[in-house]
Amino acid sequence: MTNLIEIEGVSHAYQTASGPLPVLDGLTLSVPEGRFCAVVGPSGCGKSTLTRLIAGLMFPDRGEVRLNGEVVRSPRKSVGMAFQNPVLLEWRTILNNVILPLEIVAPRMPRSQREDRARELLALVGLEGFEDKRPSELSGGMRQRASLCRSLVHKPDILILDEPFGALDAFTREDLWQLMHRLRAEEPFTALLITHDLRESVYLADQVVVLSGRPARTQFVLDLDLPGPRPIEMLYTTQSVEWLAQLRAQIEIAQGRSDTGGHAR
Amino acid sequence: MNRNAMQKIVTPVLAIIVFLALWEFWVWYMGWPTYKMAAPSDLWPAFWKFRELFAINAWQTLWRTVVGLGLAVVIGTILGMIMGLSRLMNDALYPLLVGFNAVPKATVVPVVALIFIGQHDFNTVLVAFMISFFPITVSVAIGLSTLEPEYRDILRSLGASKFTVFWKIALPKTLPEFFGALKVAVTLAFIGTNLVEIVAPHGRGLGSLFDSGRIASNYPLMFAVLIALALLGIALYYIVVALERIFAGWAERRPT
Repeated sequence: MTNLIEIEGVSHAYQTASGPLPVLDGLTLSVPEGRFCAVVGPSGCGKSTLTRLIAGLMFPDRGEVRLNGEVVRSPRKSVGMAFQNPVLLEWRTILNNVILPLEIVAPRMPRSQREDRARELLALVGLEGFEDKRPSELSGGMRQRASLCRSLVHKPDILILDEPFGALDAFTREDLWQLMHRLRAEEPFTALLITHDLRESVYLADQVVVLSGRPARTQFVLDLDLPGPRPIEMLYTTQSVEWLAQLRAQIEIAQGRSDTGGHAR
Repeated sequence: MNRNAMQKIVTPVLAIIVFLALWEFWVWYMGWPTYKMAAPSDLWPAFWKFRELFAINAWQTLWRTVVGLGLAVVIGTILGMIMGLSRLMNDALYPLLVGFNAVPKATVVPVVALIFIGQHDFNTVLVAFMISFFPITVSVAIGLSTLEPEYRDILRSLGASKFTVFWKIALPKTLPEFFGALKVAVTLAFIGTNLVEIVAPHGRGLGSLFDSGRIASNYPLMFAVLIALALLGIALYYIVVALERIFAGWAERRPT
């Protein structure tokens, strides 16, 4: 299996009024094609910076980000993004919101073909019949489903998910977790999920990466060898509890490092 | 629903009738002649007598206001775009604009009238523009500069150009703020037009008709002009509201 996402020794600092603020420090990470990678870590440890580096929206001070073996030097059409905020355009219907990336990526694709593709995805996430509604008429969970459709509509190789389930209530969140597994079965993609929720990482990912506190580097990688479908009950197996405990312990260490790491606040 | 509609039409009409009746009664009770105060019943004859002047002057006022407002929309939007998209330009221009806006426009009228002496149409349009572009500039600038980065990222990450992001996201997203400002601006432009017509009398527009009423102590004429101005102002305002419904109707929350 080839590595679709390769991040090698990436360091990055933001320029602030009180001098440079390093957020990533020699981060190394690779995600093989088709795998689902979850990245967890203390808050403010540079996880969102990581997503922007992969999307080609910014570039690291040092190190390399490679997608499909190519160094990322600009944004690329083969990336789909979804955020905690669904950022749907209020003036467009749900259908037209989902179509949006196709208008950029495939401007020559006929309108009917775009619509068919969007409808197909909307049906897959259970939003059939809501195509002509406005985002404001949908619940938070439904909006997030539409946002996921938008991130997948142009068949991206890489799906970047920046805490997309973070603002949802617990049951809606679990619904959407299960939906992610269904989507993966229908629409193969390689995913990088940023999350604060260890259960979410264990339920969804094939590989969980724990980042250390700021400036972040890879502290721990857990490979979850679990082929086949995952019922939500898998979270209550001894194996999962063991994984969760292991990850929790790593988070403690990560937070410890950030406390004693010498950044006086 | 039906009751609601009745309430929406009947109650304001009743309020207007009560208002006019009180006004009429007050003037009658005080026994004022028409050179001291006008009663509502005096207004229609005054209007009818000068109906041709009303039509000509209303048109003068209307087209100058609309042209001034149109200029304010074009230049205000361009300025707002420059300030909203560039931090540097925002820092540079903001104090200047605030200062410019703070100057009472009544003091600008004689200046403009002296500089462009005799250019009545131009002067009036210029003042209508100057008084009304500020809210448009500020609203567009704020709308563009407060765009959440995620909105930009969803398109930028696909390699969309800055212009595409502006056209597909930033511009439509600022429309509700823009129309909010336009509602303020339309009233301001109207004030600007009348200001010039009254302060720098050149015998055109409803403002000058008002002024000739003032000189002749013709209260019925003055009040008739005021009401004509109010009607014109209401019409302009609701044209903006109608445009808002068409272009930014999505921003209106439907009752659920």
